[in-house]
Order: sequence, then structure tokens, then C-alpha cells
Amino acid sequence: MIDLNTIWFLLVAVLIMGYAVLDGFDLGVGIIQLFTKDPDERRVNINAIGPVWDGNEVWLLTGGGAMFAAFPIVYATVFSSFYIAFMLLLTALIFRAVSFEFRKYSETPRSKKIWDMSFALGSTIPALLYGVAFGNILRGLPIQITDGKITDSVSFLSLLNPYSLLVGVLSLVLFTMHGSIYMTMKSTGKQQDKMVSVAGKTWAVFIILYFIATMATFFTAPFLFDGVLKKLIFWLLFILLFLALFYIPIGLKAKKFGRTFFASSLLIVCMVGLIGVSLFPRLVPSSVDLANSSLTIYNASSSQNTLTTMLIIALIGMPVVIAYTIYIYRVFRGKVVITKESY
Amino acid sequence: MDANVLARIQFAMTIGFHFLFPPLSIGLAWILVIIEGLGWKKKNETYVAIGKFFGKILALIFAIGVATGVVMEFQFGTNWAEYSKFVGDIFGAPLAAEGIFAFFLESTFLGLYIFGRERVSKGVHWFSIWMVAIGSTISAFWILVANSWQQTPAGYVIRNGRAELVDFWAAVFNPSTLVRFHHTFDAALISGAFLMAGIAAYLILKKKETEIAKKALKVAVIFGLVVSLLEVFPFGDLHSKQVARTQPEKFAAQQGLFETQAGAPLSLFGIPSANPPELKMHIAIPKLLSLLTYNDPNATVKGLKEFPQSEWPPLFLTFTSYHLMVALGILFILIMGISVFYLYRKTLFEKKFLLKVLMWAIPLPLLACQFGWIAAEVGRQPWIVYKLMKTTEAASQNVNAGEILFSIILFGIIYLLLGSIFLFMLIRKIKAGPEPVKAKEVAL
Ligand code: HDD
Ligand code: HEM
Ligand code: HEM
Repeated sequence: MIDLNTIWFLLVAVLIMGYAVLDGFDLGVGIIQLFTKDPDERRVNINAIGPVWDGNEVWLLTGGGAMFAAFPIVYATVFSSFYIAFMLLLTALIFRAVSFEFRKYSETPRSKKIWDMSFALGSTIPALLYGVAFGNILRGLPIQITDGKITDSVSFLSLLNPYSLLVGVLSLVLFTMHGSIYMTMKSTGKQQDKMVSVAGKTWAVFIILYFIATMATFFTAPFLFDGVLKKLIFWLLFILLFLALFYIPIGLKAKKFGRTFFASSLLIVCMVGLIGVSLFPRLVPSSVDLANSSLTIYNASSSQNTLTTMLIIALIGMPVVIAYTIYIYRVFRGKVVITKESY
Repeated sequence: MDANVLARIQFAMTIGFHFLFPPLSIGLAWILVIIEGLGWKKKNETYVAIGKFFGKILALIFAIGVATGVVMEFQFGTNWAEYSKFVGDIFGAPLAAEGIFAFFLESTFLGLYIFGRERVSKGVHWFSIWMVAIGSTISAFWILVANSWQQTPAGYVIRNGRAELVDFWAAVFNPSTLVRFHHTFDAALISGAFLMAGIAAYLILKKKETEIAKKALKVAVIFGLVVSLLEVFPFGDLHSKQVARTQPEKFAAQQGLFETQAGAPLSLFGIPSANPPELKMHIAIPKLLSLLTYNDPNATVKGLKEFPQSEWPPLFLTFTSYHLMVALGILFILIMGISVFYLYRKTLFEKKFLLKVLMWAIPLPLLACQFGWIAAEVGRQPWIVYKLMKTTEAASQNVNAGEILFSIILFGIIYLLLGSIFLFMLIRKIKAGPEPVKAKEVAL
């Protein structure tokens, strides 16, 4: 029997997957913007995600809200321990959010360029920081639970350890690949060729980094592998991940960009899924006292009453959200067309 | 300064800045529902032109609302970790509901509204602005549920050292939710009406696209008068009555009432002080407070001295901001009333002075909103959750003063920068004016 706490673990995982897949590609487009010199190509990039990026970012907000509602102790502990890192993340997201409209109302090429860069950096920094945050959670935070009281102290500099930075770079590369594959669907001609080549290159780098990161995880946080190999779901995700990963170059070569994008989305879903499987039932492992001081889906959760209520809310709301999200993507499918309304 | 005071300054600064934008977004979105509807039903290109022009302004305002709102969503965890642990079982739910029911709706359909004019049918396009308006209103509802619960908690028990949910609907519809929602929502409509009226007045004064501007002004002042009247009566009236019953010490501070008395007077002006406890230089109307609050000129109203001084909120801020909000509310009725009067007399568009007043009045509703929030939030002190948790116990234990100071400076600079760029671009956009209505296609 699956209990409510487990269901909420799954739901939070789904929200993170949704966020990583959807905002993942527009963060990726932002990273690509950093290296795009041609003003027209830059304009295509920003307009490729213009109508949809805000909806994508809401997956993050809802993930945050769901974490608050279902696992308030995690929301409170993790966010306050990552204080400075969080403020930097928020700064980046602010600059990213305003860059679209500000770009539109800029009149000179120079000021347009400033907002293009604000969009680019505002995407690159979060892509990196998400990885760093995940890395730190995977290796465990110095949480101590004594008599029900939770204490921890994490300095900003201690977050920047080699392992977490490695995971940060991995997520940066992953999102760049995902974004470039998205752009193969949205752009034409020379720009499209360029995106195919970027996707291929980042794919190669990704495979190498992913291998190194998995090894590093084995040494840094061996407990993540305890008993995991016996779980069916682990192998299922593992196999899917490899299928998706190896389809990407094939799809690119065959110019089946829609399918390639699906594959890279699946890859991300499987990666988040694997992290979830190896953490479960912990949410944040404790690096001080793994057995007794980790935050788990039981000691960090809301009451059963709240979990039930929230489940009802999610079951009513999310299908509707998914339905109109699909509708909007259908309206804006196809190549970018620059009109008077464009950014 | 200690971490707690800094955390409060940080929160007040970021939420205060955020709340400059939501009222405009909500108000403008609803007015655009009307405008776009008229344009579609009457096949009138002038309304479509108004829609296009104000739609762009909405997009700009919305963007800053989003950018600053994302910060708010995580602040409770970063700055108020102890609070989040204590209330998480209840407070998280409305925040999550806001994401699921509101943010998705408004942000997804705003994209469609702005970029979809040529891609979808006129009906679907109208539907999209409806969804933006409804989404932003639902967003206001859920966040106000969270805030109202903190003001007047209900539907919970204290168990395991935290507030746990027992009755979801009682928590959602706690004693102040509906009153606060109506009052704040209407404040947003006022803000939207004044924005549109002010911009239209400017265009008329500058003789730019006056046909479009006249139509926009007409809609805005009629709408503005209605919502301004509603704000004072019944919404403001009901809100005061609710505070008097559920948070009597806050009420006494807002009204500047020290002695419990029958036939309490309504203070119009004054400077409250705690030591000695008195209202200096005050002007008051006898018995009116009792009459307004309990519909009986001789009813007894509790004064501050009824409560321990350690539980008094800061008096000056609470009293002054409350009174300024009320004064502005009455001013809004006057401005919109006079405008509608001249509109009826068909001379509004020649009244240069009035048009100038309308133009300069654009920021006033936002000011009233800020005063309202200060009256409500400072008036709630020293409690973060009324009678359950003190603000001093609520801040994150693992965040030090230096880190908070860093974030105050960081966001201070960013917000100043964004605010100025926003104003610069908004003003430039307004000065450029709407695009002329397309001339009727001439048959060849
Ligand atoms: C959902 C909850 C919520 C909402 C919608 C608001 N606030 Fe609030 N406010 C808080 C929750 C809160 C808080 C977390 O509870 C604070 C932080 C410390 C405190 O005592 O209350 C607070 C403090 C606080 C203070 C400082 C009071 C003091 O420490 O003396 C001000 C001036 C405001 N707020 C102003 C606002 C404004 C302008 C809002 C408009 C949107 C607003 N609040 C909405
Ligand atoms: C402390 C409380 C608040 C939090 C945590 C908060 C959170 C947020 C967040 C995360 C967003 C961005 C959503 C997006 O990306 O679309 C946002 C925007 C918005 N918020 Fe808030 N908010 C707060 C206060 C309020 C209040 C009191 C209202 C209304 C009464 C409000 C109304 C809105 C609206 C309408 C938007 C859409 C953007 C805009 O209109 O500018 N918010 N808020
Ligand atoms: C005569 C007119 C008015 C009266 C009697 C009135 C009454 C009140 C009261 C009693 C509160 C405090 C609620 C609390 O402490 O919990 C409040 C809050 C507030 N007011 Fe007003 N108000 C009036 C006009 C206005 C106007 C014109 C605006 C803006 C355009 C406005 C915007 C607000 C806002 C945003 C709040 C904070 C949210 C809330 O608690 O509802 N008010 N008002």
C-alpha cells in the first residue's frame, strides 16, 4: 500500500520533472544566447520561448508551494540554509523575467543587447545553481535533529565543493543540449544547422560528464546506492534513460527534431527519477547522522489531513493545467515568426 | 541591528515593492475584459486599438509583478524558517493552490493574449484576457487567504509544537478572508481605473489619438466611480467592523482610541503616542465611531488601555497609514465623481485642470494600497500569527544579520534600478501613444 507521504514524494518529483523539462529548454535557450552573436538569431531565440517561458517558470513556483505545503520542514530548512545562494538565484530570475519586455521597449541595438545578455546570464546562473543545489542535497547537509529540534549551519562557501560544482556543470550542459534541440524545431537555415551541431557537441560532453558524475556520486554519497539495484523502477528508468540518450544523435542526424526533443525530455525525466529513487524515502540526507537526522518524507511532512486536502487540490487542478498548457503549445508550434508583437 | 529587525525590513521592502504591480495588473486586466468585449461585439476598431495599447502596458507591468513575485514565494522559507515550520501545515496549502489554480492560468493565457491576436479567433482571444483577469484574481484570493489566516487564525489545533489543520474550509474562510479579499480586489480595480483614466487624460491633453483616448477615458471614469464608491461602502466599512470584532487592539490603534468608552468619537486627525498614552492635537466627531462600528451611537468600544501595553502595535504607523488610506478613498470618490459629472454634461474633455488632476492621480491608489497594508500588517504586531506566535520567534535561526543585510542591499539596488527603468519605459510608451485606428479598407 502506498501511503500519502509517498504519493507526495512522487508529486513533488513530478513537479520537478515538469520544471526541468519545460523551463529546462528555455534556460538552455538563454545559455545559447550567451554565445549567439548575430542580432537576428538572438531575436529568434528570445521569441522562440517568449509566449511560454512564464508558464514554464510556474512549475518552479508550484514546486516551491507544494514543498511548503507537503514538507514544510524541508522548505524551511533547505531554503534558509542556502540563503545567499538563493538570493543570487532570485536575482538571476528577476533579471531574466524582465529582460523580455525591457528588450521589446529598448530602441537602440545597444540597449537591446544589454537585455539579451541579462536574459542570457539570468538563465545561465540558475542552470548552474540548480545543479549545485542538487549536488549538495545528494551529498547531504549538516543537519542535526536532537529532541525534535532541527539545527544546521551551512556557509555559502561550503556549498561550492568540487562534487556539487561538477553536478552544476552537468546541469548546465544538459540544459544547453535540451535548449539547442528545442531551437532545432524553432529555427531555420543556418541557425538551425548551428543548433544541430551544438546539440551534437553538448551531447558528447554530457555523456562524459554524466559518467564522471555517477562515479563521483558513488564515492561521495555511497548510501544513495544502498538497495537501489534491487528495485525494478530503478532498472526501468535506467534503461529508458539510455534509450533516450542514444536516440538523440540518431534523431538529429535523421532531422526528426520533434522526436529528438521528446528523447531529451525523457532523458531529463529519467535523471530526476533516478535521483528520486536513490533518495527515497529521504528528502535531505544528513551528513552528520544519516540514520537519525536526515529529513525524510515522514519526519518532515505535514499532517495527514493537509496531505489529503492538498492531494484533492492537485488532482482537481493539475489535469486542467496540463490540458491548457498543451493547447497553448499547439497554438505556438512551428517556426518562430517575427511580427509587430514580437520581443 | 539584530537579524529579526533586518528580516522584517527585508520582507516589508520586497513585498511592498511587489504590491505596486499586482493591483495594476488585476485592475487593468478586468478593464481590458470590458474593452476587448466591446471591440469584438461592436466590431469597433477604436476599442481594439485601446485594447492593443493597454495590452502592451499590461504586459510590461505584469513582467515586473512576476519578477518580484518569484522572490516572495521563497521568502517564507529563507527569512522566516521558524514561522514556516510552525504554520507550514496550513499556510503552505494556499500558496500551492495559488500556483495550481492561478499562476498557471494567468501566465499561460497572457502569452496567448499578447501574441495570439493573429493566431486565434476573436472569441478565443477575448477568452484569453478573461483567463488572465480571473487567474490574477484567484491569485489574489489564495494569497489573501494565507495572509488572513495569519491575522485571524481558524480551523487549526496546536499539536506537535505547530499549528495543524483540522478544518480546511474554516481555515480558508477564516473571519477576515472574504472582507479582505473584496477590499483588496476592489482596491486593484480602482488602481486599474486610475491608470487608464490618467493615461487617457494625458493623451487628450497632448491631442494624441484623441478618439481612442476619449473612449478609454469614458469607460475608465464610469468604472472608476463605481469601484471607488464600493471601496468605502460597503467594503471599507465592513473591514473596519471586522477588525473591531476580531482584532480589537489593532482597531483601537487604527482609530487612536485609548479609553474604553460608550459613544466613542471618530478621530479625523491626531498624533498618537504611547508614553504618555494619548492622542495629541486631535480632531474628532463625537459618537460617530460607535455608530459606524456597532450601528449604535452609544455602543461601547474597547480602547487600548484595555490591553497590556506589551501587546500594543506601533501606534504612529498604524494610526497614520490607516487615516491616510481612508482620506485617499474619499478623495477618489471626489475625483471620479466630478469627472463623471462633467462627462454627463459633455464637457469633461475640455476641462484641462481636471484632466491634469486625473493624470497626476495615477499613483495615488497604489499609495492607498501601501497605507492599507501597513495599517493591517504593522497593526498586527507584535504577533506574526495573531495570538499564536510572536514575530520575534519567527525568523530563521541559521541566517545571520550580515546575510540579511546583504540581501537588503542587493534587492534595494535591483528594485531601484528596475523601478526606474520600468517608469522610463512606461512613460515613453505612453508618450508614443496608441497606434492610429486602421482606416476602413477602401474597395478598389
Ligand atoms: C501571505 C502573507 C502576507 C501577505 C499577503 C502580506 N504580508 Fe506583510 N508580512 C507578512 C505576511 C504577509 C509576514 C511574513 O507575516 C510579515 C513579516 C514579519 C511580520 O510580522 O509579518 C509581514 C510584515 C510586513 C511589514 C512589516 C511589519 C513590521 O514588521 O512591523 C509590512 C510593512 C508589510 N508586511 C507590508 C505588506 C504589504 C505591503 C503587503 C502587500 C502585498 C503585505 N504585507 C502582504
Ligand atoms: C506575501 C505574499 C505574496 C507572495 C508569496 C506572492 C507570490 C507571487 C509570485 C510567485 C508571483 C509570480 C507569478 C508568475 O510568475 O506568474 C506573483 C505575481 C502576482 N501576485 Fe503576488 N505574492 C504575494 C502577495 C500578493 C498579493 C497580496 C496579491 C494580490 C492581492 C498578489 C497578486 C499577484 C498577481 C496578480 C500576480 C501576477 C503578476 C502581476 O500581476 O504583476 N500577490 N506573486
Ligand atoms: C473609507 C475608506 C476605507 C476604509 C474604511 C478602509 C478600511 C480598511 C481597514 C480597516 C483595513 C485594515 C484591515 C486589517 O487591519 O486587517 C484596510 C486595509 C487595506 N485597505 Fe482600506 N479602507 C478604505 C479605503 C481604501 C482604499 C481607497 C484603498 C486602495 C485603493 C484601500 C486599500 C487597502 C489595502 C490594500 C489594505 C490591506 C489589505 C487588507 O487588509 O484588506 N483601502 N482598509
